[in-house]
Amino acid sequence: MREHELIVIGGGSAGLAAAIGAHKNGLKDILIIERADELGGILLQCIHNGFGLHAFGEELAGPTYAERWIYKLAETSIQVKLNTSVISITKDHIVSYSSKEEGYAKAKGKSIILAMGCRERPRGAIAIPGYRPAGVLTAGTAQEYVNIKGYSIGKKIFILGSGDIGLIMARRLTLEGAEVVGVAEIMPYSNGLPRNVKQCLDDYDIPLYLNHTVTFIDGHDRVSSITISKVDDNLMPISGTEKTFEVDTLLLSIGLIPENDLSEIAGIKLSPATKGAFVNNELETSVPGIFSCGNVLHVHDLVDYVSKEGESAGESAANFVLGKSNDKSESIDVECSSDFGYILPSKINILGDSPVEFMYRIKKPMRDVTIGIYSGDNLIRKTKKKTLLPSIMEKVLIEKAKLGESDIRIAIIKEESI
Amino acid sequence: MYDYIIIGAGINGCFLAHELSKYDLDVLVLEKGPDVASGATMANSAIIHPGHDPKPGTLKAKLNVRGNELYPSVCKEMDAAFRQTSAFVVATNQEELAVIHTLHEQSQTRNVPSEILDRAQAIYLEPNLSDNVIAALNLPSTGIITPWEVAFNLMEEAILNDVKLYLDTKVLSIIARPKTCYIDAKSGDSRYAYEVITGKGNFIGSNIINAAGVYADEIYSMLNPIDKFTITSRKGEYFILDKLPEPLVSRVIYPIPSSKGKGVLVVPTIHGNTLLGPSSEFIDDKNGDFTDTETLEYVRSQVKKTVKNIPFNKAIKTFAGLRPTGPTGDFIIEESFDFPGFINIGAIQSPGLASAPAICEYVMDTIIEKQVILKEKKTYIKRTKLPILYKMADSEKQKLWKENPSYGKIVCRCEHISEGEIIDSIRRPLGATTLDGVKKRVRPSMGRCQGSFCQPAIIEILASELNISVEEVKLYNEGSNVVIKGESN
Repeated sequence: MREHELIVIGGGSAGLAAAIGAHKNGLKDILIIERADELGGILLQCIHNGFGLHAFGEELAGPTYAERWIYKLAETSIQVKLNTSVISITKDHIVSYSSKEEGYAKAKGKSIILAMGCRERPRGAIAIPGYRPAGVLTAGTAQEYVNIKGYSIGKKIFILGSGDIGLIMARRLTLEGAEVVGVAEIMPYSNGLPRNVKQCLDDYDIPLYLNHTVTFIDGHDRVSSITISKVDDNLMPISGTEKTFEVDTLLLSIGLIPENDLSEIAGIKLSPATKGAFVNNELETSVPGIFSCGNVLHVHDLVDYVSKEGESAGESAANFVLGKSNDKSESIDVECSSDFGYILPSKINILGDSPVEFMYRIKKPMRDVTIGIYSGDNLIRKTKKKTLLPSIMEKVLIEKAKLGESDIRIAIIKEESI
Repeated sequence: MYDYIIIGAGINGCFLAHELSKYDLDVLVLEKGPDVASGATMANSAIIHPGHDPKPGTLKAKLNVRGNELYPSVCKEMDAAFRQTSAFVVATNQEELAVIHTLHEQSQTRNVPSEILDRAQAIYLEPNLSDNVIAALNLPSTGIITPWEVAFNLMEEAILNDVKLYLDTKVLSIIARPKTCYIDAKSGDSRYAYEVITGKGNFIGSNIINAAGVYADEIYSMLNPIDKFTITSRKGEYFILDKLPEPLVSRVIYPIPSSKGKGVLVVPTIHGNTLLGPSSEFIDDKNGDFTDTETLEYVRSQVKKTVKNIPFNKAIKTFAGLRPTGPTGDFIIEESFDFPGFINIGAIQSPGLASAPAICEYVMDTIIEKQVILKEKKTYIKRTKLPILYKMADSEKQKLWKENPSYGKIVCRCEHISEGEIIDSIRRPLGATTLDGVKKRVRPSMGRCQGSFCQPAIIEILASELNISVEEVKLYNEGSNVVIKGESN
């Protein structure tokens, strides 16, 4: 069994940056295992632009953004296995994988970085009632069919859920000549970035039905129509508010879930809030030497931040392998009040002096709010926000010295709910 | 002329086709759907009930107990999964406790193993039983299977032994040919033969087996509009939960049975998922296998009465199945009095799946043996096993990969299904021709992503293997194409 300094699982935006980050910080023997036939992950099917403003100061399409990182990779000694699926990871860092070339094999990593990305919630996750015809698919699958494979997935389309991929696909399919008749969102606000609502729906006169969900899918072979209903405050459909649309396709953009099947196999502790691993400020999971970054850790809004997190994970893995890690025996916990979906990291090592970047998401939209970060009872940072949206991942960087040795808590000081 | 024309390739049609294929007989199976096991066999609770609850004196009682006895060996012979999980019927109050005592006594008279457990004993074995459970009837002979796997394997072997199967072939009418048409080999009497008219040609059989599920009444009334029976569809809606780090239950959990049946159950599946359901409502539409908000909510509320800590947020799929319910509450298994040679196997609702091998045995022993001379075929071909990689040790997988590298390429990341297995499922004698066909045979898309990652790959494998365009690949039935022809400019 080959042993590497680092094995990175997944060659998408997080994995690429992680490998490069580790290389920059002194690792030489790095292996990326990627199941697809090229590097880049989901970026390859994101042919719209809007990537790279933070990372490169310019607006790139997904494949171009990926290419930039792949070029960086080409300048290193990082090895890549394509068309290779990881089947399991053990606590002691043994990675089982398979491919046409090697069959069923194993490799060991002195360290491992998890960068498997996320998956879309399917129809069954929210139990959409009705028949089960063809023509119901997740927005990401539609994106692969249309953008990578060049197929048409439908002529008249309704979209459930206003996640970013759904919004992007509304525009994309319109440009492809399909008619997108509407988007329904169960919440009173969009789950996508405001700029996507504007550029993908408003600019194309595609109606967004807030507080609505799909309550019936009709069709014995292909979708023939879908029915939406308004929902009450408990998100339950209100009878008598049904609207039926004759469409041949229903796209689902109803949420992303970090894909932690392998993490579970490795016995890594997962957070119910993020559905990703619990990590400390070095992005290390509950299993020493295994790190997590990108959408497998928590679903990001911008790929630039995924790359940045990947690089940090790479740096941490390098420090771990080279024996430069800080002692972890003393740490403080980080938690959030119930207004927040989550905050990361969940633990901070007391030792070490790098500043800590906190990332958090709010549960529902808020306006004119002041957020406080406390170390024990001491307010150590106060941030005023004009608006806070669940679709936007907020970040705040705090110097290590300020954090102190008490547990950290984030809470709303003052708010005015929208 | 066929010796037997079987109408319907559900579990009963498959068992009979397989049994008849052992003899020197010409057998034809006509199936309206695009695949074997496309009706009630596809959408049910997948339980081999022990036979504790059918009413005494019914065919159901007799054949359920016998079916449960036969399944372990049938599944072994057919290389289909069977797991004896046992089951609890749980009581939550004194009234229900009395019912489980009655069921216990009834089980004892049928030699169905059973014992009554108090709450502490029950909780020890099933920690997630709800807090109001006071006792449980343990039924250790209860098992679970993957129903369509049994059906596929039976039919595949039947095909290897010269049974003809026509899929997508709907029976339009049945005509009794003049009485002189057919001379009974045993009695020397002349009688009717039957002409079955379909959209794909007309077929003549000296004997017909009507195993048409919810449509069995319509099939029989084509021939006999006077002395007909009525089948009503009773819909059951279900949830499937993702695989859980710790199983929710390891046994089938039944509530107390009611007039509507065995109630809403919590069922472990062969592949580690959990099934919640079914509801039970009569509907008029035999195509009405849709789910609805109220009923799914009802299922949620019911299962909570017997089991706690159910992670409903781990649901990956909902579905509905239709059970064929007859007028008397019992199975209808008989040769028509007016039309000798025409056998009805109707109203096979629960415990129909559990009874299926016994139904076949019963039909053979009480009807078919009297109709034809059963001469065993000189050579009988056993089907070859399908390699299932996720069950194998690494060394076995590696051996397969050396023979065929495509066993090393994982296509379905959730269930770890290789390209080689998908190709196998298409190239088999009873090969898959649709996405659902592949999924049911070798399980890609059965997992937590429900095909959002692997469907685009499988659709291309199907197109290439079947030598059709990707646009022609169907999810399931005619018209269910997944990608459509774009109007390219």
